[in-house]
Amino acid sequence: MSAVLDPHGHAHDHDDHHHTPTGLMRWITTTNHKDIGSMYLWFSFVMFMVGGAMAMVIRAELFQPGLQLVNPDFFNSMTTMHGLIMVFGAIMPAFVGFANWLIPIQIGAADMAFARMNNWSFWILPFAGSLLIMSFFMPGGAPGVGWTMYAPLTSQMGIGMDLTIFAVHLLGMSSIMGSINIVTTILNMRAPGMTLMKMPLFCWTWLITGYLLIASMPVLAGAVTMTLTDRHFGTSFFNAAGGGDPVLYQHIFWFFGHPEVYIIILPAFGVISQIIPAFSRKPLFGYASMVYATASIAILSFIVWAHHMYTTGMPVAGQLFFMFATTLIAVPTAAKIFNWLATMWRGSLSFETPMLFALGFLFLFTMGGFSGLVLSLAAVDIQLHDTYYVVAHFHYVMVAGALFTAFAGVYFWFPKWTGRMYDETLGKWHFWLSMIFFNITFFVQHFSGLAGMPRRIPDYPLMFETWNKISSIGSFGFGLSQLLFLYIILKALRSGEKAPALPWEGADSLEWTHLPTPAPYHSFETPPVIK
Amino acid sequence: MGQHVTAQGTPDYYIPQPKPWPIIGSVGLFCMALGAVCIFNETGPGWPLLSAGVMIILYMLFRWFGDVIAESEGNLYSKRVDLSFRWSMSWFIFSEVMFFAAFFGALFWARVISVPDLSNLTHNEYMWPGFTAAWPSAGPGFTEKFSPMGAWGLPALNTFLLLSSGVTITVAHWALKVEKRGLLNSFMFLTVLLGAIFLVCQVIEYGHGYSDLNLKLSTGVYGSTFYMLTGFHGFHVTLGAIMLSVILARCLKGHFKPDHHFAFEAVAWYWHFVDVVWLGLFIFVYWL
Repeated sequence: MSAVLDPHGHAHDHDDHHHTPTGLMRWITTTNHKDIGSMYLWFSFVMFMVGGAMAMVIRAELFQPGLQLVNPDFFNSMTTMHGLIMVFGAIMPAFVGFANWLIPIQIGAADMAFARMNNWSFWILPFAGSLLIMSFFMPGGAPGVGWTMYAPLTSQMGIGMDLTIFAVHLLGMSSIMGSINIVTTILNMRAPGMTLMKMPLFCWTWLITGYLLIASMPVLAGAVTMTLTDRHFGTSFFNAAGGGDPVLYQHIFWFFGHPEVYIIILPAFGVISQIIPAFSRKPLFGYASMVYATASIAILSFIVWAHHMYTTGMPVAGQLFFMFATTLIAVPTAAKIFNWLATMWRGSLSFETPMLFALGFLFLFTMGGFSGLVLSLAAVDIQLHDTYYVVAHFHYVMVAGALFTAFAGVYFWFPKWTGRMYDETLGKWHFWLSMIFFNITFFVQHFSGLAGMPRRIPDYPLMFETWNKISSIGSFGFGLSQLLFLYIILKALRSGEKAPALPWEGADSLEWTHLPTPAPYHSFETPPVIK
Repeated sequence: MGQHVTAQGTPDYYIPQPKPWPIIGSVGLFCMALGAVCIFNETGPGWPLLSAGVMIILYMLFRWFGDVIAESEGNLYSKRVDLSFRWSMSWFIFSEVMFFAAFFGALFWARVISVPDLSNLTHNEYMWPGFTAAWPSAGPGFTEKFSPMGAWGLPALNTFLLLSSGVTITVAHWALKVEKRGLLNSFMFLTVLLGAIFLVCQVIEYGHGYSDLNLKLSTGVYGSTFYMLTGFHGFHVTLGAIMLSVILARCLKGHFKPDHHFAFEAVAWYWHFVDVVWLGLFIFVYWL
C-alpha cells in the first residue's frame, strides 16, 4: 500500500454520497467528523455568548456596593449558570470540536471510529443546554447553588435544580460517548507508521483527557443522582440525621471536579504544543517529556481533590497529603512551560494572531498556575478560600488558559478548515483587547480577594468599591471584544482571502503536509504511510 | 450504504451513512428528563412525557441496533472495526465501574467516617445524645426500628445464580467457537433464565425488606446505600438480561460466526461486569 497523496487535489474521486441529506437534515444526521466538529465549535460559541451575558449581569451588579440591578436569588442563579454553562457548554465542547476536526486528520484516519455515535454525542448537547436554560423559567428560577452544586443547599432548591441535574446527566452521557470515541480513534485508527510517539501532541493530550473524562464523568453522575434521590426519594446520602454527610457530596464532587479542570486544560496544552513550534519554526522541544508530563498530571489529578475543601474540615494529615500532592503537580506543569520556552529559544519567531494568543496563554496561565500554588498551601488557603483571589486564580487558568487557547486554535486552523484567511489586523486587535481587558478584569480581583472580598455575594463593603469598578469596566470591555471575534470569523467566512496551501510555514503535522487547503470533506480515505 | 475505506485492497474501515437515530434518541432523552422532573414535582404532564420518551428511546434503540446488526451480518465490519468495538466496550465498562465506585464510596464513607463521627464525643454532647455508632445504622435522627437484610438467605442464592450464569455464558461462548449451535442456544437460554430468576429473587427480597424488615429507601444511610447500590445493580442486570435475550434471539436466527461475534462477547463482558459488581455488593452490603 503506497498511497501517494497530492496535497493540491483529492486523493480519490469519491462517488459522492448518492443519498446524503441536504440542508438542515445534513447537519442533523451527519456522520462526518468535520461537520460535527464545526457544530461543536458553533454550539460552544453560542453557549460562550450566553454564559458571557450572565457574567456581564454579575459584573454590572458588582459595579458598586448595594443591590442595584438584580435580586440576590437571581444573582446566585447567574453565578451558578455562568459556571455550568461556561464549563460544560462552552469550554468542553470547544475542545471536543477541535478533537473532532483534528484528530482524524492528524493521525491519518478517514473519520472517527464511531461516526454515528459521534453525531449523537453532539446532538445531546443542545437538548442538555435547553434543560439548563429552561430552569430559569421554572417556579423558583434557576438553581442558585453555585456550579459545584453542594449539598445541603441543593436539597432546598425548586424544580430548576431537577432540570439542572438531568442536564448534567445528559452532558455526562455526551462527554462519555465522545471520549470513548476519541480514545478508540486514537488507539485504533492511526495510519500505518503513525506510532503513538509520533502523534502530534494534541492527539496525546486528548487521549489522556478522554481517559480522565471516562473515569470522572460517571462519578459526577453518581453525585447528582444522590442529590436527586435525597431531594425526592427520602435517601440520606447527604443528610447527617440519617447517618449521611454533606461533606460526602464535596468529596464525590471534587473527585470528579479536579480531573475536570485538567480535562479542560490538557487539550489546551495540546493546541499550544502545536502552535508554538509552528511559529518558532522549530520542532517541539522535549516531545517525550511532554507526553510523560501530561500523563503525570492526569494521574496526579485523581489524588488532589480535597484541596478544594481545606476549610470544610479534615484531619491535618489529610490536609498535608493533599497539599503535597497538589504542589507536586507544579513539577510536570513546569516541565511543560519550560519545554514551550525552550521551543521558542533561538527559534525564528513570528507573531501572527495564533502565536499571540499562545504567548498570552503562556504568560497568563503561568500566573494562574502560581496563584494556584499559593492556594494549594492549606494554611494560606484557609485565609483565601472562597474569596475573589480564588475567582481570579481560576479565571486565569480557565479564560486565559483554555479560552485564549481555543481562540489561538481557531485562528491557527481556520485556513485549513475553511480555505480562507482571517483578517490579521483585526485578529491582532482581538488579541490585544482581550489581553488588556482580561487583566483589567481579573488582575485586580487578586487584591480584593486578598483583602477578603467573598465570592458569589451580590453586595460588598465600600472598601472594595474601587477594585470592583475597575474589574467591571474591564469585563464589559472583554465582553465587547468577543463580539469582534464573531465579526472576524463571519467576515473571513464571507470574504476572507483565499488561504495558501500552507499558511504557516512551520506547521508540520499531517493535516498541513498531507492534505490540501481547505481540507476536503472526506480525507485520508486511503491511509497515508508515515515514515 | 455507507462508505468504505480500504487499505491493502481489503475493507479497513466503514463510515456509516447518515441516519436520524441519534437525534431521535436526543429527543427521547429530553422527553424522559422533562417527564421525570414533572413527576418528581407533581406538576405538568409527567407520565405522558416520560412514557413518550421511553417509547422514543426504545424505537431508536431497536432501529439503531437493527442497522448495526444488518451491517455486521452484511460483512461490513472489518477486523479493524471489530477492534474499535472491543476498545470502546472496554472503556464503556470502565465508565460503569466508576459509576458504581461513586456509590461504593458513599457506602464506605458512611461506614467508616460519617456514622462513627456522629457518635463521637462532641456530637454526643451537643447534637445527638445517646447515639452509638454501629453498622447497619440509619443515623441518629431515625427513630423507627428496622432490621438489616441478612446475607445468607436470598442474597447467597442470588450469588450462586449469578456466578452460575457466568459459567453458562462461558460454555455458550465455547460452543459458539466450536460451532455447536445446539449447545450454544441451550446455554444462552440457561443464562437468560438464571438472570431472570436472579431478578425475581431480587424483587422478592425488596418485598421482604419493605413489608417484614421495615427496611426502606428512606431508612437512613443504610437504606439509601442498600437500595441504591442493589437497585442500580438490578437495573444493570435487567439491561444485561435484555441484551442477552437479543443475543439469544440472534443465535436462534443463526447469526454469529466462530471468528466474528463481537456482539456476543460484548454482552458476555457486560454480564461478567454485573457479576463482579454483585460480588462487591454481596461482601460489603450484605455480608460484612
